Amino acid sequence: MGRFGFGQALRRVEDDRFLTGQGLYTDDVTLPGQAIGYVVRSPYAHGDITALDVSAAREMPGVLAVLTDADLTAAGIGGLPCVVRPTGTNGQKMPVPDRPVLARGRVRYVGEPVAFVVAETLEQARDAAEQILLDVEILPAVADLVAAVAPDAPLLWPDHAPGNVLTDFALGDAAAVEAAFSTAVHRVSLDLINNRLAPTPLEPRGALAAYDPADGSYTLHTGSQGSHTLRDWLCRLVLNLPPEKLRVVAGDVGGGFGMRLFLYNEQVLVLAAARLTGRPVKWIADRGEGFQSDTHGRDQRNHAELALDADGRILALRVRSLGNVGAYLSQMGAFVPTMAGTSMLTGVYHVPVAYAHAQVVVTNTAPVDAYRGAGRPEAAYVIERLMDAAARQLGLPRDEIRRRNFPAVLPYRTAFGHVYDSGDFPRLLETAQLRADWAGFEARRAEARQRGRLRGLGISYYVEVCGGGGDETAHLELHADGTATVLIGTQSTGQGHETAYAQMVAAEFGISPQAVRVKQGDTAVVPTGKGTGGSRSLPVGGASLSQAVDTVIALARPLAAARLGAAEDSVRFEDGVFLAPASNEGVRLTDLAVEAPAGTLKATSAWKPPAGTYPNGCHLVEVEIDPDTGATEVLRYTIVDDVGVVINPLLLKGQVVGGVAQGLGQALCEGVVYEADSGQLLTGSLMDYALPRADNLPDIDFSTIEIPCTTNLLGVKGAGEAGTIGSTPAVMSAVLDALAPCGITHLDMPATPLAVWTALQTAGTRP
Amino acid sequence: MPVSITLTVNGRPAALTVEPNTLLVDAIRQHLSLTGTHVGCDTSQCGACVVHLDGVSVKSCTTLAVQADGRNVTTIEGLAAPDGTLHPMQAAFKEHHGLQCGFCTPGMVMSAVDLARVNPNATPEEIRHWLEGNICRCTGYHNIVKAVESGLQAMKTGAAAQAAE
Repeated sequence: MGRFGFGQALRRVEDDRFLTGQGLYTDDVTLPGQAIGYVVRSPYAHGDITALDVSAAREMPGVLAVLTDADLTAAGIGGLPCVVRPTGTNGQKMPVPDRPVLARGRVRYVGEPVAFVVAETLEQARDAAEQILLDVEILPAVADLVAAVAPDAPLLWPDHAPGNVLTDFALGDAAAVEAAFSTAVHRVSLDLINNRLAPTPLEPRGALAAYDPADGSYTLHTGSQGSHTLRDWLCRLVLNLPPEKLRVVAGDVGGGFGMRLFLYNEQVLVLAAARLTGRPVKWIADRGEGFQSDTHGRDQRNHAELALDADGRILALRVRSLGNVGAYLSQMGAFVPTMAGTSMLTGVYHVPVAYAHAQVVVTNTAPVDAYRGAGRPEAAYVIERLMDAAARQLGLPRDEIRRRNFPAVLPYRTAFGHVYDSGDFPRLLETAQLRADWAGFEARRAEARQRGRLRGLGISYYVEVCGGGGDETAHLELHADGTATVLIGTQSTGQGHETAYAQMVAAEFGISPQAVRVKQGDTAVVPTGKGTGGSRSLPVGGASLSQAVDTVIALARPLAAARLGAAEDSVRFEDGVFLAPASNEGVRLTDLAVEAPAGTLKATSAWKPPAGTYPNGCHLVEVEIDPDTGATEVLRYTIVDDVGVVINPLLLKGQVVGGVAQGLGQALCEGVVYEADSGQLLTGSLMDYALPRADNLPDIDFSTIEIPCTTNLLGVKGAGEAGTIGSTPAVMSAVLDALAPCGITHLDMPATPLAVWTALQTAGTRP
Repeated sequence: MPVSITLTVNGRPAALTVEPNTLLVDAIRQHLSLTGTHVGCDTSQCGACVVHLDGVSVKSCTTLAVQADGRNVTTIEGLAAPDGTLHPMQAAFKEHHGLQCGFCTPGMVMSAVDLARVNPNATPEEIRHWLEGNICRCTGYHNIVKAVESGLQAMKTGAAAQAAE
């Protein structure tokens, strides 16, 4: 066992409460006297509100309040903020249109909140909502992002987004790229759709607020990926409230995947309503509301080109993208298609020159923001599809063209400025090929053909960047009773942070993981925090905690030296015990804690990563397609990952395999669909939006090769998003490989049975 | 008009007054304050609300509370032994890391326990098919299938040991 218990497959300390029904999610919290809120949403995608009469609703039985934009404005409540504004090619920061909490004068997407009804019961609130008169003069709508940039498209924000484009973002050297393309022997180009997704954590969004008139303070219970960030946005940008007047409590959180990082209309509404009614107010989304109003993910179009020499070595990359941010900017909506993803477009390959251009496009759809990977899955999909297309065009094997373009040596600085500090791409690729029996594939394909099935082998080699968001502060205290407390501002939404952090502390202190209390998600308990996103909780939070652990040990060292009668620097520390030099005499850290003055064995540490970390790995997938139905069955799945040093292999595999399911979902079944002209949401329930089920997935062969990150204190690279990023291109690679004998070279996601069957019918050739 | 019902919940008698249209899941969560049973959708797709009615798994979001009148309901809170020892299926989910955020877990475990009644020797493929009505967004199902395989085995072993006593 290494330091901090690295490599132990410790079982999770949080599991008992989840397995016995003792988890405490937002809807499980009930406050005395709580009332229920119901959101009245726009049934139209675009239109002017000509009448909004809530007077009859206010008279309905049980109704405590009905809020509209006028009430919020009168209460001094601001709109929802956008916190990341990319700088465009014009040198200007992206303009940000207003995003009122409740619609002001005009509605711009189906599901936009228009009014908030608060009543004694949900049934009464719904009945009252029926009495609201909402008249909308319908305007032409545009939901598709290509249609949105057409010359005659309806405009959502003419003052901010002429042509529906909020900003043009560019990266790289356009002239050098053009020069490389003009002389290249081979040019490969692709037009790709990165389908729009609904993150859909299984716990619906919810919020419960209470107001204390005695001191003007609020408490907000809401599942979130970062309570402190949420509190600060709410206080600073929406409510104009000192942060100490708002306590945010996340409780247990039923999945996040990026979607729960953000501030939503309903969180503001329950706070406002709690103050207005003097009652705690709870709102819980039903799943249909979730599909309409949770932030969506992806939704890009990419025109991607690769220039190569005669040997298949890359000379240049050029990508032009459209990124849909919806009708209003969520906090990081514009970050995803611009700064977050474009710089990773060169993948794991030596690309001498590159240029990326992205337009941030508004449409009459729900806001789009970060979803597991946030820009990196889109980038990986582009470069990996290009590599497959180049292999096909040049007549090279798909593994060979990748091998040929890996950087000769690491560290390697990419054309967009990332420095890949560590890794061994050829070794991981080769290991994956051996594990997946790459060499035996053609025999399996031939055997499948005998059965009338189309078998395909897919490959991707992904790289991503993790560990952003600045530092994270860890507070650690060892108590006299031999237990320890960790306070940290990252937030588990299923990853198992309580276990991972406890494992680190327990191993060093020589105590049981159950004796370590990890507290997160409550701004009244944890002093600061930046939340969980971008796979940062172990690369950043874990690194900070490791420093705090070392500080506590250092604080106890003088006590140990005194007890052992030895010089401080001669005392060794191993597995929770201080040992005197050259003797068996030792004293346990926990014994020292008993006699140390209370509150002295504690430390606060904040480690700020000097650079990004670069998890990478190879996914190999085998599928079979039934040509009569177009259905794709995933039969084998092999992953070899380098995520640096592994803390808990059990949790790691859980993260990666879970990520694969989401990436595979994007490739094969998931897709948010809005009707083109009306902007109506057609995938508004789990009957229409296809989440992967247990029988859609195979067992997954997952292994790692640990190559420690050189820029991270612990050597950790991060793993929360890796599975999602690697899987989408790998699955599509397999589907297209299966269809290649039929002359099919292109398919967009999701490759549903209908899409595959249609492609087969159109191609007309059977293998 | 409200209706009075009596039922047994996790071995204890309960008398409730509910509306005729009250869902069993609302009776469990709101009237009985047993919040381990979850609601993850509104179309009976996700399975987070699965409980046992007379030992058979049902989606409590598509069952009326009045349908449980006079019957036995077991929720996730009633699965572990009174001394807190986890049910073999719960223990298997922990051992095999078959849960992450925990939201689907109660329904997933209750479905898996019922599989032991229907098909105690289920193959991994049959387990995947059985769980088709339970959605998990976190795990990718791999570890859930391992857990159910192991849990079914442990339940058989436990039953055999009981029979031998």
